[in-house]
Amino acid sequence: MSTPAVEVVDLQKRYGERTALHGVSFAVERGEVFALLGPNGAGKSTTIEILEGYRRRSGGTASVLGADPGTAGLDWRARLGIVLQSASEPGTARVREQLAHFAAFYPDPRDVDEVLEAVGLTAAARLRVSALSGGQRRRLDVALGVVGRPELLFLDEPTTGFDPEARRRFWQLIRTLRDEGTTILLTTHYLDEAAALGDRAAVIAGGRLLDIGPIDAIGPAEARTPVVRWTDADGRHELRSETPAVVVADLVARTGGEPAGVEIVRPSLEDVYLSMIEAVEADA
Amino acid sequence: MSAAVRQERTPVRIGSSPARALRLGGVRVGYEVRQYFRQRDTLFFTFLFPTLIFLIFAAAFSGSGDVGAAPDGSGAISVAAYYLPGLVAAGVVLSGIQNLGIDIAQERSDGTLKRLGGSPLPIASYFIGKAGTVLVTAVAQLVLLLTVAGLGFGVALPADGEHWLRFAWVFLLSIAMAVVIGVAVSSLPRTGRSASAVIVPVLLVLQFVSGVYFRFTDLPAWLQDAASLFPLKWVAQGMRSAFLPERFAAAEQTGTWDLATTALVLAGWTLGGLVLARLTFRWVRRDA
Repeated sequence: MSTPAVEVVDLQKRYGERTALHGVSFAVERGEVFALLGPNGAGKSTTIEILEGYRRRSGGTASVLGADPGTAGLDWRARLGIVLQSASEPGTARVREQLAHFAAFYPDPRDVDEVLEAVGLTAAARLRVSALSGGQRRRLDVALGVVGRPELLFLDEPTTGFDPEARRRFWQLIRTLRDEGTTILLTTHYLDEAAALGDRAAVIAGGRLLDIGPIDAIGPAEARTPVVRWTDADGRHELRSETPAVVVADLVARTGGEPAGVEIVRPSLEDVYLSMIEAVEADA
Repeated sequence: MSAAVRQERTPVRIGSSPARALRLGGVRVGYEVRQYFRQRDTLFFTFLFPTLIFLIFAAAFSGSGDVGAAPDGSGAISVAAYYLPGLVAAGVVLSGIQNLGIDIAQERSDGTLKRLGGSPLPIASYFIGKAGTVLVTAVAQLVLLLTVAGLGFGVALPADGEHWLRFAWVFLLSIAMAVVIGVAVSSLPRTGRSASAVIVPVLLVLQFVSGVYFRFTDLPAWLQDAASLFPLKWVAQGMRSAFLPERFAAAEQTGTWDLATTALVLAGWTLGGLVLARLTFRWVRRDA
């Protein structure tokens, strides 16, 4: 079967007078890790919640695992894993009890103890959920999302509030899931996360899709071109070039010495992304 | 998490079989009952409440002599015995409408329902879980109250099968009514935080006008008529018909227990509540 795991065309969402999504289109292929990037309020969560079946779309079409998320039933739900942005359940249940309880809803769940091990909660298995730290609770959220052995996993800002070490361990877990063939749709505003995990990314701002493509091809070519900067008697200079070393060599030949404050910068995803967002905000 | 395989799995069909909904409903009952007894605040305010109020009433009025003596001075019962049916009725309504209504409203606002709604748990299983939990906790609450009343205050429990049978159908019908009304009222509070503030006062007023704490026929006639529109008055009356001596029927509004009317009113509220619950229940608050 070659249908994409997720396909949206001209997706729109209005809340009364306010338009949250102005016609967004993209597709996520099977087995892919796809990152949805954008600033707060860009429409990331609205998009993902429409795909999860929590919100109704105002226009356009959406297909998730071949079904319309607005009407799909429990068979469809059994093939999804959902990690919501935040949850604040009272947490009277114990960690393993909670995970085993949810595992019982699925036709072919993963082994509960293996999942606890994978998210690093084995030692906390007998604790009440309310006794977990913020980061541990988030890992339990992820465990609850994957225990049903989903074909497609939605992760809505999964690592917000993680320390760097916890984030790296989490990334390792996501790579393991991907290697097992799980399709993953991830929203994040951490660009290093998108760069570390994503095969492809889409950038959303102001309810519109700004760009979509492989992580290293995001943004206009110009914005991804390396920059050479140096200072001379006239002040600071900046030149974009695909051959920055040649530019520097020319510079040395012309001035006959080491130029002051020379640097070559290859724009990171973050630089590219910020320049795109700034352009949108300048237009608005 | 093993074996790197990147292939299409054949989706396992779970269908919408009633057997699966029933089995998961049973799983939910076990899970929810465990959570119920871990929450100290509900344990105190819902579970122990009727027994605590009973203790206070029984102690406060222990010196005021017996009530309801026949003209020849015989057959009077203690104040404790007189209050018992009202508190049994209050227990059902607290476990059902109040505790369930607040519980579901909080689950809606703290994300519990959203998470369940994102899983393949059938809604029917969720409701079976809630109803089963109310039944289990209401029975446990009842056993505690009857034990305290019987052993602590010498209140005589029904001696014959007819009265126990009467008790059984009034109790079960009341539980069914309280569960569906509880689900229906859970969508009234806008937030989980406001749930207690919205639901508790309404039920408190209803308890006072429905003959739980006062003799119903001491209320002004218009208030009796108004209270008769609501189910709690009938639950309390049904419980009196099961626990009090037959002679006490003469003290009711119509001079009888009105058992047929009780059954009709409770069944009506159950059906109405079922329709309302079905129409209003959502895993998440729907946006525009």
